Amino acid sequence: MTDATPKWTREQMAARVARDITEGMVVNLGIGLPTLVANHLPAGREVILHSENGVLGMGPAPAPGEEDYDLINAGKQPVTLRPGGSFFHHADSFAMMRGGHLDLCVLGAFQVAANGDLANWHTGAADAIPAVGGAMDLAIGAKNTWVMMEHSSKAGESKLVERCSYPLTGLACVSRVITDLAVIDLTQQGAKVVDIVAGLDFAQLQRLTAIPLVDAR
Amino acid sequence: MIDKIFPSVSAALADVRDGSTVMVGGFGTAGIPTRLIDGLIDQGARDLTLVNNNAGNGDTGLAALLKTGRVRKIICSFPRQVDSHVFDALYRSGRIELELVPQGNLAERIRAAGAGIGAFFTPTAYGTQLAEGKETRVIDGRPYVLEYPIHAELALIKAERADRFGNLTYRMTARNFGPIMASAAKCTVVEVPELVPLGSIDPETVVTPGIFVHRVVQVPRSTTQAGGIR
Repeated sequence: MTDATPKWTREQMAARVARDITEGMVVNLGIGLPTLVANHLPAGREVILHSENGVLGMGPAPAPGEEDYDLINAGKQPVTLRPGGSFFHHADSFAMMRGGHLDLCVLGAFQVAANGDLANWHTGAADAIPAVGGAMDLAIGAKNTWVMMEHSSKAGESKLVERCSYPLTGLACVSRVITDLAVIDLTQQGAKVVDIVAGLDFAQLQRLTAIPLVDAR
Repeated sequence: MIDKIFPSVSAALADVRDGSTVMVGGFGTAGIPTRLIDGLIDQGARDLTLVNNNAGNGDTGLAALLKTGRVRKIICSFPRQVDSHVFDALYRSGRIELELVPQGNLAERIRAAGAGIGAFFTPTAYGTQLAEGKETRVIDGRPYVLEYPIHAELALIKAERADRFGNLTYRMTARNFGPIMASAAKCTVVEVPELVPLGSIDPETVVTPGIFVHRVVQVPRSTTQAGGIR
């Protein structure tokens, strides 16, 4: 990928994800890039945000000076509670996740494989201190797992791969990948491209992607 | 008369034994029983196994306990933080054992201990490094991993309000691990800013029934501080 390759910004990626989150959905937004999605949900659309530390109905960040550090999200940032929100303990929170009660979770990733395998918790580097948090529970527990990530690594390699080289978070769990170049659904019939950034054509996208794509626009 | 209220942190923690498994509530800034952790440091028990979601932040609280060298092993889901330098140094020099557990498995293993469950099959971590060597089974076409409960001699919990029976309510996301850890330990010690007369907590709003609580200590109310946590 060259610097001239057209790309969606992080905010544009977040807006693209938000477009497909509909009224009434219960959604968990992972730490990092997925957190931005909340800013792009229209005010009138009732979407319930879950955070695994024990809150449903999470609202936006509080105004400066209004933070209460007993009301935080899984990223340990202060948040607010919307009307209708609730608090619960960790086992209930993870029952919501593992029991299939969340409509959607959106996660970041190092790599996603063509079959939906996800790698996002550990680089496997010898000196790295491993940490997993709720990633493995979210990946396999929600009804739908979407990934938001850059299309290529800093080294210029496709992050969509035939097989993940990083340690796995979950097997065959990702159904949609939103990158800075395209929206791709991972299906039994292959990786279907449903949207591409303006200015990039399908052949160019395919050249930047290590798995075969199907144009489904 | 049933009275679980102890006059001080030191009285409530006087009998902690070396080699104990100690659950410590809290997630991020919320629900950390800081007075009880300081009390455990003062009490001096050694060779401890700690159960917490993280592995300490900065140089206070759990990090200060780790720094004493009295923790042999930690069972947690997310040790790595921007300010987990105390744990990082111990881990890199091989002076602490880490059992890394997916957060939902950690919660459910604690819950299982409290509920008398012998083991359970969970889909989390199947096919990953964190399930290596563990028994698996396919149930109704879906693969699962067998996980065992985590029991503890002691749980240290922060709650918002208690009565002398040990009935508890919490404050917002400070609830996190409190209710399940309370059920999983042989001795659950709770710090609360607010002690109220028996009967004044609406039974409909009790979150942790007093049966799971053994000792209650009142501590001064203080505002939960921002952590150096991302």
